[in-house]
Amino acid sequence: MWKRFRSNIGAMIGVALLATVIVIALIAPLLYPGGPWQMVQRPFLAPFSVDGLPLGTDTLGRNVAAQLAYGARVSLLVGLVSTLVALLIGVPLGALAGFYGGYVDEGAMRFTEFFQTIPNFALAIVLVAIFEPTLASITLAIAIVSWPPVARLVRAEVMSVRTREFVDAARLAGLSKPRILIQQVLPNTVSPIIVMASLMVATAILLESSLSFLGLGDPNAMSWGYMIGAARTVIRTSWWLSFFPGIAIVITVLALNLIGEGLNDAFNPHLSRKGKA
Amino acid sequence: MKNYLKATTFLIAAALAAPLAAQQAGGRLDIVVQPEPPGLVLGLVQNGPTQLVAGDIYESLLRYDTDLKPMPGLAKSWEISDDGLTYTFKLQEGVKWHDGEAFSADDVVFSADVFLRETHARLRASLAHVESITAPDPLTVVFQLKQPFGPFINAFETGTMPIMPKHIYEGTDFANNPANAKPIGTGPFKFDEWVKGSHIHLVKNEDYYVDGLPYLDEVYYRVIPDAAARAVAFETGEVSVLPGGSVENWDIPRLAKMDGVCVTEKGWEFFAPHAWMWLNNREGPTSNQKFRQAVMYAMDREFMKDVVWNGFGKVATGPVSSRTNYYSDDVTMYNHDPEKAKALLAEMGYDGEPVRILPLPYGETWQRWAEAVRQNLSEVGINVEIDSTDVAGWNEKTSQWDYDMAFTYLYQYGDPALGVSRNYTADRIKKGSPWNNVEGYENPELDKKWAAAAVMVTPEERAAAYAEIQKEIVDDVPVAWMQELTFPTIYRCDVKDLVTTGIGVNDGPRNTWIEK
Repeated sequence: MWKRFRSNIGAMIGVALLATVIVIALIAPLLYPGGPWQMVQRPFLAPFSVDGLPLGTDTLGRNVAAQLAYGARVSLLVGLVSTLVALLIGVPLGALAGFYGGYVDEGAMRFTEFFQTIPNFALAIVLVAIFEPTLASITLAIAIVSWPPVARLVRAEVMSVRTREFVDAARLAGLSKPRILIQQVLPNTVSPIIVMASLMVATAILLESSLSFLGLGDPNAMSWGYMIGAARTVIRTSWWLSFFPGIAIVITVLALNLIGEGLNDAFNPHLSRKGKA
Repeated sequence: MKNYLKATTFLIAAALAAPLAAQQAGGRLDIVVQPEPPGLVLGLVQNGPTQLVAGDIYESLLRYDTDLKPMPGLAKSWEISDDGLTYTFKLQEGVKWHDGEAFSADDVVFSADVFLRETHARLRASLAHVESITAPDPLTVVFQLKQPFGPFINAFETGTMPIMPKHIYEGTDFANNPANAKPIGTGPFKFDEWVKGSHIHLVKNEDYYVDGLPYLDEVYYRVIPDAAARAVAFETGEVSVLPGGSVENWDIPRLAKMDGVCVTEKGWEFFAPHAWMWLNNREGPTSNQKFRQAVMYAMDREFMKDVVWNGFGKVATGPVSSRTNYYSDDVTMYNHDPEKAKALLAEMGYDGEPVRILPLPYGETWQRWAEAVRQNLSEVGINVEIDSTDVAGWNEKTSQWDYDMAFTYLYQYGDPALGVSRNYTADRIKKGSPWNNVEGYENPELDKKWAAAAVMVTPEERAAAYAEIQKEIVDDVPVAWMQELTFPTIYRCDVKDLVTTGIGVNDGPRNTWIEK
């Protein structure tokens, strides 16, 4: 499987890009010990106009490169944590619904639909506005709007797996239902969940950026969305302030999508869109 | 060089003294109003946009030049008795309301004594010093005071004492009078129509009592909700005037550089908007005087002015704006001095307890300002977080005293007794109100001095009293004074005589003409 993944050029590019972003995020405090908010030079300096400020300065004379590096930390953190939380909600709920069926299934799915009928972004805005924007509330809001598809996916997988012969065999061997679910069924649904999770991280990063862009970001956390939102009013005079964080978002989301597709192809060789290795 | 400067000064003086080029009558002026006013009856609503539009419809007895010297308005002359107790106004002759009724001294008495006493809180405070208001004849009004009250001469500005028509409002429920839909005043322009969300249209008052005025045929106040769209409307020539605060500060230099565009910082002298941060004097680190002084030394306010406000305005030295009467600069100056700030923090034993900053929810500029303050304070070791906020949240947090440092700005109305002392005296502490003494500063000694200074008879006495107060209060740092704000007015240069008084565009169009 790893071999198949490795031979997928797109996926490897994704891994390389994401690794770069992660490294930059990790070493940001070493590169820019002054932090992302430090005012280092005159405001509105264009890229490459002053040594040491390759990406220029923003409206307050802060280093755009430092902001990008620190923004990567926030974006990745929010993306990963909110996806984890969404999985923690979605996987158990979907598994129970798919495995037990009947009233459990009915109840769980109606509950899921309740969330699915409200547009994701609108719900996220409302949640953040109610809780006051902090990193924690933003992460939670993103998790809350993104778990329903997970639940539905896991339910469908579990429903198809639980009718397989090895599950019947396990039942005949006298295993209890919870044990069958956890030890036999769930492990067989992991691959689509992993693929989905990688794409969810990308969506979460976009959601966080959109919220910050609208001014609903954590005012104490430097994120890419915040940078674009703050640059919106000066977009006609200082293009670089919105351009670079925009590129950063595109690269990260693209990388995650490439990896997701690569994983998908690797897990499902029959469905592989690319030619065989 | 010096001679050259002298010569230039002389030329400018000569140019000013020479009769102005003949004003040309006619034309239409489009002005941005932001946000859309909640109403136009100036006696009932006095917020910024209302004053901007209704300042053309309504008038008061006096107008004020950019040095706050009174000029004739509805009163053509006035006299203050030597004991400072009797104010006598002679009114203009031949003044008519927009519906054709004659204006008289009775309207003034009705407005000040009945209508505005009920509806206008700020004027009511000044009227508390007034014993009686009478009209001995149709062209004379006399205000008799209980005790001398120097600032009273500043109370006759349009937004402070708009004269309302007695024949329409007497004996009615003022707020629900059906005539409010079509405001009737004595001003140079008459109300024509208001298309909500689009524009307010005013037309020339043909019967205006000053011959030849106004020059313009009509004025449109245009409602454009988005700042970028307002800038575009100005660039395309759709509007010719952007009153202060219409566009983001960063956009001003770009617009100002365009051909045929003029910018002026004048026209805010009467209001003298003064920005500061309330420092919560009740609890937390901000209740310590040394901490508050450290905050002042930690901030690079010159930098903030230059960068956040694009160089517009002036760093504040204390509670009184340099544009307001009785300003004194004989006070402790808090220059940017991080070392001194650190020393003060060490002296008080600051333990790193975090403080929160609440920005004003009025757009990018205020958010950036809070970020700059946070950065400066964290550089001297103060732990700072910015609270996120919206208008409702700001009102709630400040009025319930749930903040450590909160940005605000307030008008000064030309006199410390009208617009300054209210922010520092203990009797103006009121939970539930986001105005006045929100910081909770209590200093009984100074309270007495503020009260005494307000009712002194001669300007010299008052100046000395206020100088003493300023010296003392600046050492106490009840709030962190930030900046005297100016909101530059941007306009097409062919619009002449737009800003001629201390209230700027609010009564601008009266004298404005367009060069063809």
